[in-house]
Amino acid sequence: MTAAVVTGIGVAAPNGLGKDRFWAATLRGESGIRTVRRFDVSSYPSRLAGEIDGFEPTEYLAGRLIPQTDRMTQIALVASDWALADAGVEPGTYDTTEMGVATAGASGGLEFGQRELANLWSSGPQHVSVYMSFAWFYAVNSGQISIRHGMRGPTGVMVSDQAGGLDALAQARRNVRKGTRLILSGGVDSSFCPYGWVSRMSSRSLSTCDDPRSAYLPFDARAQGHVPGEGGAILVVEDAQAARSRGARPYGEIAGYGATFDAAARHGGGNGLRRAVEAALADAQAAATDIGVVFADGSGTPEDDRIEAETIAAVFGPGAVPVTVPKTMTGRMNSGGAPADLACALLSMRDAIIPPTINVRTIAPGYEIDLVIGEPRPWQPGAALVLARGKGGFNSAMVLRATAQVPGATA
Amino acid sequence: MRQITLRELQDIMRECAGEDESAQPLEQAADESFVDLGYDSLALLETQSRVKREYGVEFSEDDLASITTPREFVDLLNTQLLAA
Repeated sequence: MTAAVVTGIGVAAPNGLGKDRFWAATLRGESGIRTVRRFDVSSYPSRLAGEIDGFEPTEYLAGRLIPQTDRMTQIALVASDWALADAGVEPGTYDTTEMGVATAGASGGLEFGQRELANLWSSGPQHVSVYMSFAWFYAVNSGQISIRHGMRGPTGVMVSDQAGGLDALAQARRNVRKGTRLILSGGVDSSFCPYGWVSRMSSRSLSTCDDPRSAYLPFDARAQGHVPGEGGAILVVEDAQAARSRGARPYGEIAGYGATFDAAARHGGGNGLRRAVEAALADAQAAATDIGVVFADGSGTPEDDRIEAETIAAVFGPGAVPVTVPKTMTGRMNSGGAPADLACALLSMRDAIIPPTINVRTIAPGYEIDLVIGEPRPWQPGAALVLARGKGGFNSAMVLRATAQVPGATA
Repeated sequence: MRQITLRELQDIMRECAGEDESAQPLEQAADESFVDLGYDSLALLETQSRVKREYGVEFSEDDLASITTPREFVDLLNTQLLAA
């Protein structure tokens, strides 16, 4: 079957704008988490977030795009530019119908939406922007990216909270296997505004700690929730053969994928994370011993941490595989989280180094996982497993393989 | 009697729908189509909404659909302002 490879990466994260800055900061263990500045957060119980500094949309985007885009779309468009540039795709390489888009969305353009709803209720319908007709929809990033880059092939959005990023990349692979040459995929979320903040608080998973070094501690004995982040990553997914024909150097292959949904506890539903992991391994035709690193979902909520730690220990053996959560430096970026983790996994393959998990000091008793804390750790790049879970029961797992092992890909 | 100029229309459109740095003034592009100038139907809808708020005049759907250039927009609005 056709192999789907990643040939370009564009990242916008609280600890780095652009792939190179993001990766360098991640290896240094540099955090982008601090008290929210985008709106007045002082009266809310949770006040920390990973915010992107210094992103000025008019530096990158035509003036005409500004009134019709939420901040998250502006960031996504720029990340899509960076991904295509990174992949070295020349205009005209593919026909417009040979390229598509598959992004994930988790909160939509809530900042834009809140502003227009405020206009509606305080000033009347005449004062609502016509662009409200699409600017806050989950699918708008896919739409605007496809317009910007003239991509008229299969295009869509996956909405599965923080698992969505993996689901979108899986959809990209699906479409490449069905004949599309190139899919821009990934996710970007923002929505740091009262509406977006209260939505996040309703999950009851936000940390209420005010110290950026102690607020988000996945797998730690002191875990008490997570910190949100804005940003994400856009990746270029291509047919391996097409990529090779144009001389591209893939970062790696999307080798396997599995997704499950937890049945409600009242229906006797157990956790589906293990089944998702096993499905991804089977899909990749990989043994557990083939996996050299696990990029964990890293919920930060004790019950979810326990399930994830037990799942990893059960599948791979206690402490048998390095586990890391670089999103401790960015916060949980909703639909952008898993794509950023995929970017980390691919770069960790390229550079043969695993980024650290920061701030975690004492792993909770009974969690038999080898968490990479303190320093980045060298490894022999093989295959990586990325996990992502969404509120409500989404579990997704994806196996990436290093380029040298991709059939037919140039090393 | 209130009238609108091409310059004033440009100011409204810039606020509603944005403007690219390289855009030429509407005074010079008065007879170019909105499509060629980069303004789609949504931009015109938004402009119409602002014009209604500021000038008190709303075009009928048929009239709005028939407008293709800045000059046509200004001429139709000014005709209706005179008649109001």
